Amino acid sequence: MTASLTDLHAAYDAQLRTKRLWTATGLLIFVLLLVAGFLTANDRNAGGFLQGIPNVFDFPADVVTEAIARAPELPGLVIRYLPSLAETVNIAAAATLIGAAIAAALAFLVTRGLAPAPWAVAPIRRLLDTLRAVPEIVIALILIFVLGGGPVPAMIAIALHTTGALGKLFSEVAENAPLGAVEGLRSVGASWPQRMLFGVLPQVAPNWLSYALLRFEINIRASAILGFVGAGGIGYDLRNAMSWGQGRFAEAAAIFILLFATIVIVDQIGSAIRERLTKGAAL
Amino acid sequence: MTALADHAGRYAAAESHFARARLWLIGLPALLLAYLVYIFFAFEGPALIRDANADNARILVSDMVTHKVHVSRDNRDGSIEVSVEGERKGRYPEGESPAWVSLGETTVIDLGGGHVVTFGPDNATEYAVPGYGTIFAQPSRSRGVDATLPDGPVPDWINASRNRIVADTEAGRFIVTRNRTEVFRYFAGWELFFFTLDSPYHGFGLGALTTAAFGGEAGAIWEEFWTNDMWRHAEVAWALFETILMAFLGTMGAAMIALPLSFLAARGFTPLALVRFFSRRLFDFLRGVDGLIWTIVLSRAFGPGPLTGTLAILLTDTGSFGKLFSEALENVDRRQIEGVRSTGAGAVLRARFGVIPQLLPVLLAQVLYYLESNTRSATVIGAITGGGIGLLLTQAIITQKDWEEVTYYVLLVVLMVFAMDSISGWLRRRLIRG
Repeated sequence: MTASLTDLHAAYDAQLRTKRLWTATGLLIFVLLLVAGFLTANDRNAGGFLQGIPNVFDFPADVVTEAIARAPELPGLVIRYLPSLAETVNIAAAATLIGAAIAAALAFLVTRGLAPAPWAVAPIRRLLDTLRAVPEIVIALILIFVLGGGPVPAMIAIALHTTGALGKLFSEVAENAPLGAVEGLRSVGASWPQRMLFGVLPQVAPNWLSYALLRFEINIRASAILGFVGAGGIGYDLRNAMSWGQGRFAEAAAIFILLFATIVIVDQIGSAIRERLTKGAAL
Repeated sequence: MTALADHAGRYAAAESHFARARLWLIGLPALLLAYLVYIFFAFEGPALIRDANADNARILVSDMVTHKVHVSRDNRDGSIEVSVEGERKGRYPEGESPAWVSLGETTVIDLGGGHVVTFGPDNATEYAVPGYGTIFAQPSRSRGVDATLPDGPVPDWINASRNRIVADTEAGRFIVTRNRTEVFRYFAGWELFFFTLDSPYHGFGLGALTTAAFGGEAGAIWEEFWTNDMWRHAEVAWALFETILMAFLGTMGAAMIALPLSFLAARGFTPLALVRFFSRRLFDFLRGVDGLIWTIVLSRAFGPGPLTGTLAILLTDTGSFGKLFSEALENVDRRQIEGVRSTGAGAVLRARFGVIPQLLPVLLAQVLYYLESNTRSATVIGAITGGGIGLLLTQAIITQKDWEEVTYYVLLVVLMVFAMDSISGWLRRRLIRG
């Protein structure tokens, strides 16, 4: 009896040791990977981490001092860049709308149990995966070549990416929707579009809307970045303001303020609405 | 009587409810449609449709899957050069040419399908187009380009002026200017993808290559492929690695920094409301400033490169992870923590054995999801800060010349994101369920 208990104890200790050894080895490898990675990245960078660290605040300090020095101009500058901000937000909004509309239509086609043509499910899912995988910047730059600069290439690029991202999320939501309403509608002879429109859409609408809002928040950031590479909007103004260099940083400051405020405000409003939507309260 | 009034009241309520629902059903789509119409005009849709460059689109699509070989003569010294895509790296050695070009006193270029271009002595040039006739062109320093076309109206695929004649046919392109005479012939596929012209393995078929590889030349073959001057496979592979590195370091670093900080922002772990407030505002600030601004600010301090991209991702995601983790922390089951506390464990041990095991699935799922999405962000950030595949991609697009190169990079990016997606999905399933 005591012998077997001792054995048990010893076996337990041995097992614990092995497990700890494995965890420690795993952690060690992970940490080594991180350190090696940072060293590699550091080597490949134009300026190293240690040389750069003291300068991190130089540029923000320049911007802030200039913004303070020219504080009376700031409100005027903020107003001057409002139209570009509107363009950036419009790109995001239109792209989200178009992308969400296409994603909604495709979501019905790829959801198990709802799809009217089961053979089409796999290819459309692959299509959505691909749309999701291509970074927006790629499509935007190619479209700029074909369509010329301006907001439309950015809008199309973001809309395509949105379609891929939302299509997947929408179909996951629709998959979990109870099918009772759909069966009921089928029994009275409703066609497939009618079943989807009246049987599924009302059930999934709050969740879909919530995902679309989240996408809108993400898309504002994407739209600003695409502007920076030449697609118009506030990102484009930011790049110009940056290239003017010292003495013109008040413009950059005004744009930073606008961009930051927009992102924070949209985030806050968005998360408040999403909270209400997913918790089931009425708007 | 009251029942009847009650009934009427309910009826009216139902009616107004329906009316409201109907209004939403019609009003909302109408509003959205109106917005899209506004967008169409605000973004100058009509002008865009008018100005869209169909030629550019055609060039793009055909160039994605084909390559062209240039045969060009310098009209000042008469030297002839044959090169793939007109690039120095794709130039045939002096005196050598593909089978369809026969160099000599008179150079004959067979474009296929009966189209033949002849570079004669004294810069005289002829292009025999089947079904049309022969175009004669005589460039000279003093008189520009003297072109003689067959009788009849000038077809719209020929563009002739005093100093230049261009003919686009299904067989290729023919350009004569004062200083140069050029002929392009198009071929399907990406030429020189495996080996450049100066490589000993150029022109080898798969069978010949396999034989050579088994004959002990595998290393040399790989070396020739890897150092291909035109497609720069080694450089591209390194760029892909750099992009993944940025995503990996940024995500993992952010998670490691955000985890301890998130305790400060979670109700139930930090009793001081002020600390909670400030740590939450810190997360909001990090997220709100956005990767774009962080990238710009950091590249001023650290210069272009992968480290800058890594730190930009790290800072933004510290904000996102801090928020997500602290929300998860507020939802943990207190009973497990109480259990650990009852054994006399201190705060660190309670966190380690009472909280982390509950948090781990959420944490891992989020980190892995961000890892995948950051691979995409790293491509974009790389384009701005100058590192990784994003830089190669934007450079290739901005030169607007080699669309097959762009296609190659796009394919690689898509494959990279797919690979990261499946790796992170696989890890998620293994680590969270297993």
